[in-house]
Amino acid sequence: MALDSKIPHGPLKDKWTDYKNHINLVNPANKRHIDIIVVGTGLAGGSAAATLAELGYNVKAFAYQDSPRRAHSIAAQGGINAAKNYQGDGDSTYRLFYDTVKGGDYRSREANVYRLAEVSANIIDQCVAQGVPFARDYGGLLDNRSFGGVLVSRTFYAKGQTGQQLLLGAYSAMNRQIARGKIEMFNRHEMLDVVKVDGKARGIIARNLITGEIERHSAHAVVIASGGYGNVYFLSTNAMGSNATAAWKIHKKGAHFANPCYTQIHPTCIPRSGDYQSKLTLMSESLRNDGRIWVPKNIEDSKALQQRKMKPTDIAEENRDYFLERRYPAFGNLVPRDVASRAAKERCDAGYGVNATGEAVYLDFATAITRYGKVQAKIQNIENASDAKIYALGQAIVEEKYGNLFQMYEKIVDEDPYKMPMMIYPATHYTMGGIWVDYNLMTSVDGLYCIGEANFSEHGANRLGASALMQGLADGYFVLPYTIGDYLSNEIRTGKIPTNTPEFDEAEKEVSDRINFFINNKGEHSVDYYHKKLGKIMWDKCGMSRNEQGLKEAMTEIKALREDFWKNVKVPGSAGEMNPELEKAGRVADFLELGELFAKDALNRNESCGGHFREESVELDGEQKGEAKRNDTDYAYVAAWEYKGEPADAVLHKEILEFKDIELKQRSYK
Amino acid sequence: MNLTLKIWRQKDSKAKGQMVDYKVTEISEHMSFLEMMDVLNEQLVNTGEEPVAFDHDCREGICGMCSMYINGEAHGPDRGVTTCQLHMRMFKDGDTITIEPFRAAAFPVIKDLVVDRMAFERIQQAGGYISVNTSGNTQDANSLPISKHAADEAMDAATCIGCGACVATCKNSSAMLFVGAKVSQYALLPQGQVEAADRVRNMVAQMDLEGFGNCTNTGACEIECPKGISLENIARMNRELMKASI
Repeated sequence: MALDSKIPHGPLKDKWTDYKNHINLVNPANKRHIDIIVVGTGLAGGSAAATLAELGYNVKAFAYQDSPRRAHSIAAQGGINAAKNYQGDGDSTYRLFYDTVKGGDYRSREANVYRLAEVSANIIDQCVAQGVPFARDYGGLLDNRSFGGVLVSRTFYAKGQTGQQLLLGAYSAMNRQIARGKIEMFNRHEMLDVVKVDGKARGIIARNLITGEIERHSAHAVVIASGGYGNVYFLSTNAMGSNATAAWKIHKKGAHFANPCYTQIHPTCIPRSGDYQSKLTLMSESLRNDGRIWVPKNIEDSKALQQRKMKPTDIAEENRDYFLERRYPAFGNLVPRDVASRAAKERCDAGYGVNATGEAVYLDFATAITRYGKVQAKIQNIENASDAKIYALGQAIVEEKYGNLFQMYEKIVDEDPYKMPMMIYPATHYTMGGIWVDYNLMTSVDGLYCIGEANFSEHGANRLGASALMQGLADGYFVLPYTIGDYLSNEIRTGKIPTNTPEFDEAEKEVSDRINFFINNKGEHSVDYYHKKLGKIMWDKCGMSRNEQGLKEAMTEIKALREDFWKNVKVPGSAGEMNPELEKAGRVADFLELGELFAKDALNRNESCGGHFREESVELDGEQKGEAKRNDTDYAYVAAWEYKGEPADAVLHKEILEFKDIELKQRSYK
Repeated sequence: MNLTLKIWRQKDSKAKGQMVDYKVTEISEHMSFLEMMDVLNEQLVNTGEEPVAFDHDCREGICGMCSMYINGEAHGPDRGVTTCQLHMRMFKDGDTITIEPFRAAAFPVIKDLVVDRMAFERIQQAGGYISVNTSGNTQDANSLPISKHAADEAMDAATCIGCGACVATCKNSSAMLFVGAKVSQYALLPQGQVEAADRVRNMVAQMDLEGFGNCTNTGACEIECPKGISLENIARMNRELMKASI
């Protein structure tokens, strides 16, 4: 089957408007007879469920947590981008579009990104109307901050809890519809398969996580908004429950999976401290505005630090290697996430890491504190201020800007970051790859949609800061509610979808069989045992830097691990009760397949782009020597994989990316 | 460090629960409390026992999923943190730690340490929103200036993560800090004014219906709240309710 992205014709800036003017609509009386299932209630799923219900459809929403408000969108810190140009600094729809395509290393679909930039301003209006308390200036107008090295200030924020406030906004909109009976909310439910009837998505099989009961739910369309697959690495900044099961199940039923190798490894996370570690904690990118990243110049100093025989403050200025400033003088500490992460890994791999595991670099605020302190001394007319006084004055400024992050660091690491430089190391944070969708956000299965982080579309090979929240809400509030209507206009005569059909029987049986297998297997090893092993393979061989040999090994090792899992996994308890180990078993089983496809995709893409770095594809000489080298001639396409049984047998479909409004350039941060 | 854990085990909502003792050894002080629980559960799985069920998700203190009443305090002995942010360095080698679910009539136990907080959901559904449909035609976000002070105060109230520590802590199992926070967020913003009276009446009525107790101003909720939600929000809710009934 050839991929049809269904991008409307016409000039880029008119596509969305023209498209909306010409799609089919469903009249309000008919909407009452149409059911839609939404799986996942983060920013994308929550906003979609609320909006579809407002329009009059009957929505059934599913979350594995005990409330929609707990979806992991809630943990986003920094902010949300929108081309409002409130600062008058030259921002525009085109500029946001351009920055997003460039930031994504020219591997996203132009028409989708332009539409995203176009609706971004509406998101802010909508959220303010809902009562989202964005930060404001003293004149009472909305404040903006700058983010991720772009040249304008377009990021709206609510302290360091922007994701929380936006999600609570969508949650409140959902609550209004739940109260009106237009959304039926299924908390503590997990989707375990999609049901197709005559080639169309017609429902799901879900497990009630309290009683263990397997349920059938039917609908005229199914929307997957279940987030990313970062937990394939075991350790990531994702929530413990974040999983790829919904996405992987639909992949197995015919939805192509696109660019799984595009993963964002975020540079500023708190390093791991031991084998017991369950997750990693992100520190906002904003810290790199004032923090300087370094390791010792001399490897003896690093060794002493690793053995705790020395403190970072003992190392003289001339013996420190500010490696980002050294390698990238133009952007310094503010290079994009992928570049910063790889540079830190390079130093640690060379033995210069600064903690016991050798996997940490310093993020040092001493220079910034002194700089702010001197300015404050001047402002406050303090003459001949002592170094200690200057430091105290500067510390107050840094505390005002980043206080909550410093406190979070101190709680976890038990060290005062105002006195000792922070230790940071990259961690898996976001997955740009995901289910392939067309311009309508429909997957390669009719009536099956995928939105938010779960799909592949907007961020190309690398996502810019503050763009994930924008995409989730754009998809849910402003895009899907239009595009899904065009499809549903053909469903007004369908009537209620029955669940007592062979298709539902078969899907339910598959789900039950798998659950019973887990419970009855009585193997040797816990689910986490396998998840940790998979995570290690992924991190070592499909992490920040990848090569052909490693990827081939990863495919073989994951396959072997998967086979062992299906023989020896041990799940305690029974199927008919709340059983967290059973939930994990199903999710890890899917990660064990997804991981192999990930490696296969990374192997296929023999170029370095965005978060995907192939050691074979680097600049060999000149100023860019050793830096990532993209290959537009051979790889300017979306790799959409069709399921064929074993992940290794997946079939590649290429969606060629055409860039009509942007000139392709190699990124340079020198 | 080596620890003795006394944990509430309860098979399901109907079963009678009991405290059961467990031993964990070689616990690092750098572990989070939930990582210590992971170690215990791995141990239980390996010995063929059923692991302890507990709620958790983001493990960075923002989703509000984790609960646990540790040594008689919601979210344990540290201040300004959820259980997932509590670290083992708060405990000593040889300690005995008592771990119970959040207890309140309106929060029935589902299993072990997992409780049902649907009562909070129903309160939010009763009025925790502003009635505005999604459209591309809402007025421009900057058309209505809001004083920084009011916006900041609304933000402070909106920081509530809905974990239920306030209820678990309160001797009356009152949910007034939780409800007060939501009522306050909207009462402080111009967008919330139109429905203010109905909102506070409906949310308070639902709160009473769920079986939460009343506030007697002991202030324990404010101290145990991981997000430092202020008691002022309860006062503001009471004022709003008075206003609505005149």
